[in-house]
Amino acid sequence: MTLTHSPAGSATRRRRGTARQSRAGMAFVAAYAVLLVAFGVLPTAYAVYFAFTDAGGKVTGFANFVTAGQDFRFLDAVSHVAVYLVFWLLSLVVFVVALALLLHRLGSGSAGKALRFLYYIPGALAGAASVLVWLFMLDPTVSPVSSLLGALGFHTFGEVIAPGNLPVLFTVIAFWTGAGGWIVVMYGALDNIPTDVMEAARIDGAGAWQTAWHVQIPMLRKWIVYMVILAFAGGAQLFVEPQLLSLASVGVAGRDYSLNQLTYDFAFQMNNVNGAAAVSVELLVVSVSAAAVFVARSGFFDAE
Amino acid sequence: MPNKSFAVPAAATPHAEGEPGAMSRPRQRTPERRRPRPRRRVASRLLTGSVLAVFVVFFVLPVLWLVLAATKTDQQLVHDNPLSFGSFHALKANWDALTAFQDDAVLQWLGNSALYSVISLVITLGVAVPAGYALAMTEFRGRHTLLVATLVVMLMPNATLVVPLFLEINAVHLIGTMWSIILPYSFYPFGVYLTYIYFTTAVPKDLLAAARMDGCSEFRVFRHIALPLATPVIALVGFFGFVADWTNYFLPYVMLPESSQMPVQVGVGTLLSSVPSFNPTVGDLAIQRPQLALATLVAITPVLIVFLFAQRFLVSGMLAGATKE
Repeated sequence: MTLTHSPAGSATRRRRGTARQSRAGMAFVAAYAVLLVAFGVLPTAYAVYFAFTDAGGKVTGFANFVTAGQDFRFLDAVSHVAVYLVFWLLSLVVFVVALALLLHRLGSGSAGKALRFLYYIPGALAGAASVLVWLFMLDPTVSPVSSLLGALGFHTFGEVIAPGNLPVLFTVIAFWTGAGGWIVVMYGALDNIPTDVMEAARIDGAGAWQTAWHVQIPMLRKWIVYMVILAFAGGAQLFVEPQLLSLASVGVAGRDYSLNQLTYDFAFQMNNVNGAAAVSVELLVVSVSAAAVFVARSGFFDAE
Repeated sequence: MPNKSFAVPAAATPHAEGEPGAMSRPRQRTPERRRPRPRRRVASRLLTGSVLAVFVVFFVLPVLWLVLAATKTDQQLVHDNPLSFGSFHALKANWDALTAFQDDAVLQWLGNSALYSVISLVITLGVAVPAGYALAMTEFRGRHTLLVATLVVMLMPNATLVVPLFLEINAVHLIGTMWSIILPYSFYPFGVYLTYIYFTTAVPKDLLAAARMDGCSEFRVFRHIALPLATPVIALVGFFGFVADWTNYFLPYVMLPESSQMPVQVGVGTLLSSVPSFNPTVGDLAIQRPQLALATLVAITPVLIVFLFAQRFLVSGMLAGATKE
């Protein structure tokens, strides 16, 4: 299957090759490293610094964390986000992988292309646009799917946005805008599974279901891990959807719902940039810990 | 290596037989038969088709509503059938009202967005693709650190980074210039990871090793072997990078407060705050909801065009059999 490595390469030649590769590798990443430090590492370090200091720049240890944690909305927000994350991650992984596999079975013809495009369209809508769309979709009096909402037992906007429904609603909205892009990524990854591997599975008599489960999904592992890491962080940063809903319901539902809304409130309503930074650093720590688990278990960083 | 799970399917067959999946049943005890019975096939096709169709409705229906909304008056939007067409007359009137807002401001916003996105896209591609390639295919000191740092930075809540970025850009006196957003946009860690994963999963290292054996310089290996194989991922990075820049709201909102410099996302945001139903304090300058719907459609059209263009390059089977003996 693989090219036979020429075993003739002597030890010295290999070492020289490694040194050459190392220099080249550094050259290839140099420009990126500069941008990473300037627009990634520095601002992050700055935010962490904010989290441990007060408005005057004096080091305060964990005081900001204590203040934020004692905010009466903090624990509620934590539990909201936790419940939402369960719905969001499950639906994203299951449906994105399933839809990508189904689309891939359609082949590269025009039907598959058209469907990928249709699934992607909401991904282009950001911010203000989805405010307008979902405000109408969820209001049974003007919604195009009001009969569906009615069948589910919802007859007023107030019933739709009852607190118990919110995690599902936010998942639906986030999925609507976010899934299309990942479907494109997964589809591309499926396309790059070598045809001989797929051929071998077929010759062995594997059906579509078995091929998907035992060949394609294992080979998508890195992509799925990457999606889960980013979706976890993105979900923990839930902001637009509840903010949108609180705007649409004039503050009845979705206000101060998530942790990120709290940071926003700290920074721009209460003028407490340091408290906001403290909450953000907590989110970062949680996301990085989750990512570390996934990375360690999947060999994500191995240059295979 | 892509071949790792090569042996899996054969071993897997008995394992899957116990599962109730509709597709596995007809194959029991007849592993040499490659196709399920026709009726089964029809059933599975129907299932596939209906799942795909349900999701089409889910993804498209709200968009269809938005398109139709642009053809209505505000009255019709609330009282007519949600999925009815208004009139071309109303569409024209909405367009006129939209362009009348601050004298063609919408067109200027579109131009700004295009300028910012295209320049950053060029830098992003030039920086992210070689970096992702090197992280995946070469060993060098600091490789692991770069991977970890990139991931951590990506996980940092974006809204929090805006204030430090502002202070940083302010320190080099670039606030109010287009570079205040183009430079931060050019840093696109998501794209670096896309390229990284693409190369680690889809491009066999042996292929590059063979070229090195033949005496290719590292740059030539990248330029003549890796890059042609990377077309699909370059298209992906280019597309997602463009969209990320085009739809970014918060950064330009902070960095470029002048209306003449706004990209279209921020512009649509200002329109939103001029809609009476969202902000009852606006008076005569009001924008109606159908006009906002139209503005939204105008704002997303370039993204959709770029998607269609990029999709042509997400070609399949580039590496099919690349390492076959």
